[in-house]
Amino acid sequence: MRKTKYKWFWVWDFEKEERWLNSMAAQGWALVSVSYCRYEFESCEPGSCAIRLEMLDAMPSSAEGLQYIGFVEETGAQYVGHVMRWAYFRKDVSEGAFNLYSDLDSRIRHVKRIQALLLPLAVCNICNLPLQVTNYIRNGYSGLLWCAAFVAAVTAMMGYGLYRVGAMRVALEKERQLRE
Amino acid sequence: MAEQENIVLTEGVYYILLALTRPLHGYGIMQRVDEMTAGRLRMAAGTLYGALNSLQEKGWIRSAGAQEGRRKEYVLTEEGRVVLEADLRRLEELVENGRCVLGRRKE
Repeated sequence: MRKTKYKWFWVWDFEKEERWLNSMAAQGWALVSVSYCRYEFESCEPGSCAIRLEMLDAMPSSAEGLQYIGFVEETGAQYVGHVMRWAYFRKDVSEGAFNLYSDLDSRIRHVKRIQALLLPLAVCNICNLPLQVTNYIRNGYSGLLWCAAFVAAVTAMMGYGLYRVGAMRVALEKERQLRE
Repeated sequence: MAEQENIVLTEGVYYILLALTRPLHGYGIMQRVDEMTAGRLRMAAGTLYGALNSLQEKGWIRSAGAQEGRRKEYVLTEEGRVVLEADLRRLEELVENGRCVLGRRKE
């Protein structure tokens, strides 16, 4: 039996997304395909598999990305699919827990990768904002005000996202001073 | 060369190098480390992949040539062995001092 769910997660909520996908698996719904906001599940033995997602260094469809996916699959996990640079993996947990990272350094590198993706987007939006506002002031057309408001909202969201991901990195780095 | 900087390996890297004293592919390394540590250290694929790339760049391991299907095998280089042995000496000192201070005798 299959079912489809539509759900939106912000990039910085990837841990929440992962938790949700794992709670679906615990209820007997294994993730079998993903696309933008769309998750497809197939019934499975409750709690028989675990899901992990990861933002890859390269596009999952590139040679480099495929090489990595092949490596993960060699270890008994299955590649479910990807949304932009995010890859989704599923693994039968009868052989033990499923993780993609086993130390703090690699988790820090992952978070840095997400920061590197968000930062240019935030900078573009911040640069765009004054342009939108002056455009509205000069022309006075109300549509332009909405445009500026939209850019402001996106900028605020990106800023918030950077803050969240930054906090994750700080927490991990603090922990790293004490242990691996 | 390798000893100049007093290199302290991470636990993961130490075990990867130890496992690669004979040629192994990625999953083989995970299994070998699992065996050596009786399941205590379970290397995860993402961590291992990143470490293998960095170790290869550093020249501590190299591709073992033979490619078993899509699986790539790696093996320790001479330089890698020097680093590993230096770290073993460091670890011996670590254990010795620990035993000394905590008053536990070597059986």
